[in-house]
Amino acid sequence: MTLLDVQNLRVTFDTETGPVQAVRGVSFSLGRERLGIVGESGSGKTMTGRAVLRLIRPPGRIEADRMVFDGQDLMKASDREMRALRGQRIGMVMQDPKYSLNPVMSVGQQLTEGLRLRDRIGRAAAHAKAVAALEAVQIRDPERVMAAYPHELSGGMGQRVMIAMMLIPEPDLLIADEPTSALDVTVQAEVLSILDGLVRDRGMGLIFISHDLRLVSRFCDRVLVMYKGRIVEEVQAGNLLAARHPYTQGLLNCLPRIGGPRAPLPGLDRSGAWAQDNGGTR
Amino acid sequence: MTTIPASPRNSRALSVLRQIATGFMTLALTLLGLLVITFVISRVVPIDPVLSIVGERATPAQIEAVRQSLGLDQPLWRQFLIYVGDALQGDLGRSIRSGEEVVSEINRYFPATLELATLGTLFGTLVGVPAGVLAATRPGSIADQIVRLVGLMGYSMPVFWLGLIGLLVFYGKLNWVGGPGRLDPTYDMMLQFTLTTYTGAILIDSALNGAWDVFRNAISHIILPAGLLGYVSMAYISRMTRSFMMNELGQEYITTARVKGMPEWRVIWVHAMRNVMVPLITVIALSYAYLLEGSVLTETIFAWPGLGLYITNGLFAADMPAVLGGTVVVGVAFVTLNMLSDILYRLVDPRART
Repeated sequence: MTLLDVQNLRVTFDTETGPVQAVRGVSFSLGRERLGIVGESGSGKTMTGRAVLRLIRPPGRIEADRMVFDGQDLMKASDREMRALRGQRIGMVMQDPKYSLNPVMSVGQQLTEGLRLRDRIGRAAAHAKAVAALEAVQIRDPERVMAAYPHELSGGMGQRVMIAMMLIPEPDLLIADEPTSALDVTVQAEVLSILDGLVRDRGMGLIFISHDLRLVSRFCDRVLVMYKGRIVEEVQAGNLLAARHPYTQGLLNCLPRIGGPRAPLPGLDRSGAWAQDNGGTR
Repeated sequence: MTTIPASPRNSRALSVLRQIATGFMTLALTLLGLLVITFVISRVVPIDPVLSIVGERATPAQIEAVRQSLGLDQPLWRQFLIYVGDALQGDLGRSIRSGEEVVSEINRYFPATLELATLGTLFGTLVGVPAGVLAATRPGSIADQIVRLVGLMGYSMPVFWLGLIGLLVFYGKLNWVGGPGRLDPTYDMMLQFTLTTYTGAILIDSALNGAWDVFRNAISHIILPAGLLGYVSMAYISRMTRSFMMNELGQEYITTARVKGMPEWRVIWVHAMRNVMVPLITVIALSYAYLLEGSVLTETIFAWPGLGLYITNGLFAADMPAVLGGTVVVGVAFVTLNMLSDILYRLVDPRART
């Protein structure tokens, strides 16, 4: 069953020097599976994720031939309908919990506001649900974390809070935008396995956005490789080494291997015709 | 690994209390510094306090007698101790012009300024903050342009000119408001002879006495000068609010709130506003302190018997005890406001508490 179907998505920013296209005709569809989107900085992967939630602020524009989530046309949805979709049906985990949590609101307030305001759940019941959500992301002393403020949490802790917050309304689709990039390597694995377990248990769809091709391939069923706002290749995660596109190969080759040769790592070769395509814009 | 150094609520309250205590210490030290400065000024200015009391034709014996009664024959450090001791007991000397206690004079003048500044700040905040938010949420829109233009006028038009035009239009031509002064003469008599004075602020005193005709008259007099000061502080507050709010709306936690499906009013007025409050408190406190110093121009135009007028008149009459006494009061008000804003700041921002 298709959860999300996107055809020819374009995100354009009107700047003083003319329009700049951050996403230039991206198409993909997704069931209750894990889809990875990989690319370097500026490849449009974050914008693709945010466009689905209509979170691009003016002067950005979102256009698509078709963008349907679970039978609902996202291009025609009113702002109110989008708000009803956000959080409840589609959640998003952002890169750095240091910035994505409100610094002057306690964790408890941020976790329960959706329940209290939208679902009109009483204070005690909302508190209990939030504590349960914190336990689900393996936080051992949830009551303490509930009373804490974001600056009192470590990065890994903050990201777990963020994941808990997004999973409370039990969405059908979770967009994880570089959820571990801001974390220490040791904490990364832990947060990833928590995310992995929860997504698997609840049968959610997942869009995992990252610049780390190997990480994504371990974690997802399918991988889209993006470059300059376009999808240049789609590969099955298990088949990564069979990737044919020179950009994908470049991404794979520029990672060091333990025990491998100590020669300088190859940079990305952008001399091929694929890298010259500017689609009419700069 | 899952334990965090989050302090429980009661120790948090304790740390706030400790910070308030430290605040009071700083307050005491600052005030002492202020007294040192006013003391030194009073000794440095080329105005002989003795001469200004006895006049030019006094005999040497009279001069010496006054010198001794003022304690000027004592060594300097001793004079300072006496000065500080007196100031702590609420004695700032006697005015040379009137021979009255400076403190009791300021007691009459300061409430007028306090009333005006408070009303002005209230107006500036209640209009300026929403205007700034409106401008920040619709940058480039007509609303934004209007807020900018109105603010620019508040910045750039001289207060005395606006005040005069205001008096001309609203008092002279339209007769919508009361003229200069705090009350019409008849009501002033009523206030002085039939009403009990509690605070010196006419609005509060007349309300407490249930004298609503006096209250209404006081309102009609204060509304124009308070509106004028409020307009100037509104211009400042709305500009600052706009830029703080623009900055917060670009933060990632705002996206988080939107991702959670929070309605836009909550994103702006709860998520962003609570962060905007942190710097805004300082801005509002500063603009309030600025008005409390007594806006000489406004008080002159509206014949408003406030602190600014008091200090200026003292200055023209070379009445140093009055000028320095007024300075001390302004300093105390300034430092107290700063401390208050510090406390508020900590209440709003959990990061400042630890």
